[in-house]
Amino acid sequence: MNIANPLTPEGIWVWVAAILTMAVFSFLYRENPFYRFAEHLFVGIANGYAITFYWHRILVPYLFSPVSQGQKLYLIPIAMIGALYFTRFIPKVSWLVRFPIAIALGYGAGASIPRSVDATIIQQLKATIVTRASFADWQQGVWAVIILLGVICTISYFFFSSERKGLLKPISYVGVVFIMVGFGASFGYTVMARISLFIGRLQFLLGDWLGLIR
Amino acid sequence: MFASTLAALVLLVVTPPTGVSAVDRPNDGGRAIIVTWTRSPDPVTGYRILRQPEGGEAWDTVGFTGPRLASFVDEGTPDGVRSRYRVLALTDGEPAESEPSGYAVSTPQWFNTNYIPALVFTFVFGFLIIFFLRQAKRGAKLFMRRIAGLDAVEEALGRATEMGRPILYVPGLSSIDDVATIASINILGEVAKKTAKFGTPLIVPNRDPIVYTVARETVKQSYTEAGRPDAFHQDIVFFVTDQQFAYAAAVDGIMTREKPATNFLIGMFWAESLILAETGAMSGAVQIAGTDALSQLPFFITACDYTLIGEELYAASAYLSREPVLLGAIKGQDYSKALILVLIIVGTLLAVAFRAPVLELL
Repeated sequence: MNIANPLTPEGIWVWVAAILTMAVFSFLYRENPFYRFAEHLFVGIANGYAITFYWHRILVPYLFSPVSQGQKLYLIPIAMIGALYFTRFIPKVSWLVRFPIAIALGYGAGASIPRSVDATIIQQLKATIVTRASFADWQQGVWAVIILLGVICTISYFFFSSERKGLLKPISYVGVVFIMVGFGASFGYTVMARISLFIGRLQFLLGDWLGLIR
Repeated sequence: MFASTLAALVLLVVTPPTGVSAVDRPNDGGRAIIVTWTRSPDPVTGYRILRQPEGGEAWDTVGFTGPRLASFVDEGTPDGVRSRYRVLALTDGEPAESEPSGYAVSTPQWFNTNYIPALVFTFVFGFLIIFFLRQAKRGAKLFMRRIAGLDAVEEALGRATEMGRPILYVPGLSSIDDVATIASINILGEVAKKTAKFGTPLIVPNRDPIVYTVARETVKQSYTEAGRPDAFHQDIVFFVTDQQFAYAAAVDGIMTREKPATNFLIGMFWAESLILAETGAMSGAVQIAGTDALSQLPFFITACDYTLIGEELYAASAYLSREPVLLGAIKGQDYSKALILVLIIVGTLLAVAFRAPVLELL
């Protein structure tokens, strides 16, 4: 056993990381003061880091530096609109906060619509349509037909403005089966990834900290 | 000896690439030229691409490619400057240099023609939605089928009120330009109206500063519309941190300390979804989740009582409010989905039966 030496510059940080890891893991038993300490420390550090990051990596290089040198002056009105977010601290003019919100929402919706329509409708449509080329190899052809049926049935499940009866009922039921098969595969895949993260943490505790494994 | 040296020298001299051409990359924001060439028939180790601006003397190296490639995108070229290119075939010996290409100039384009199908679809979908909105405004009765997850909202709110415990609403971790976030904010508005009416405490922790501001204004508006502006206070909606797992840790803490009767996890989620949903399940809260993140939905389905899957999330605000105008939008969306189904089926029939170039049209 070769425990990390807490009296060395590297060792002290291994101990800090290990103690915080154990504090977070203690949540598996129940919420407790150790977890609470780790949680508040984590949030505090994350916010401190974010503030310094935005200041040094965004505000100074992209706004203050060029503007103070007389460049990119068009950023001044944009920054002023952004600064309206802070008016919410002044009750009399707090309604001004709606201007940047309206711009952010409008821009957000406008920017995401062409992207979403292209990526989630047109590209999916192209990938779903079966052509003669899909049957170049019989296995590929079978999968193309299964995908086609799956897409038709799954979309049918998401019709909200009509009752599920008649032909729509069995089709949407098959759609649910396709959805659940997809979720099952995704579940298994992601669980494996999470277990590998947990293994990484155990390797740190048993290897870097306690020296039980190499 | 002399013969073998001569043979080695002959092997090292390779045929240069031919047919080098340079054109502006279409449908982009500028600063890019596509260079193509015909590969050398001899074995080479790769290609080096050189650029010379008009009137300049020097040839600058702008990039390298592997031996099997015959194109390169020069993404560092300035707009409006005419430049020509040479391609060097690299070997263990002397490189073989191509003839220069013709001059090309990079310019940004106003319109991305690749998005024309998206534009057409947006117009068609927009038309359908506006048509049904008008129908709804004229008083047409629009039907909407039951969605179990949304029927549970009322029940969950009632439970929290009876137990005298708060409701936790997590509006996802994404930014405001995410469709799931916008849908979540709409649902938050409806939930907040009901909590204001029942006097149930509401907790809305946020990860994104912009979403936080929007959520706060939405909740404030809902409390006003419910006739309880006095019940709104600053601490209902608050910013936690924009660090993903620090946020998850903080929300877990809130779940275990405040013990909400109901947790809404609605919006865009990533790896923290299971951490939040599991903690909520352990705390004994009724959980209603909703997201369009396919990889996270399985976790919500396993750990939550009700889950809104993808499109159900977008339909939720109309369902909860029962406002005719929103129901009209749902009807329009349904017809858009039907149109997509028709396109898939007709496109497949045309492509298989008549070899029609359907995919090229999209």
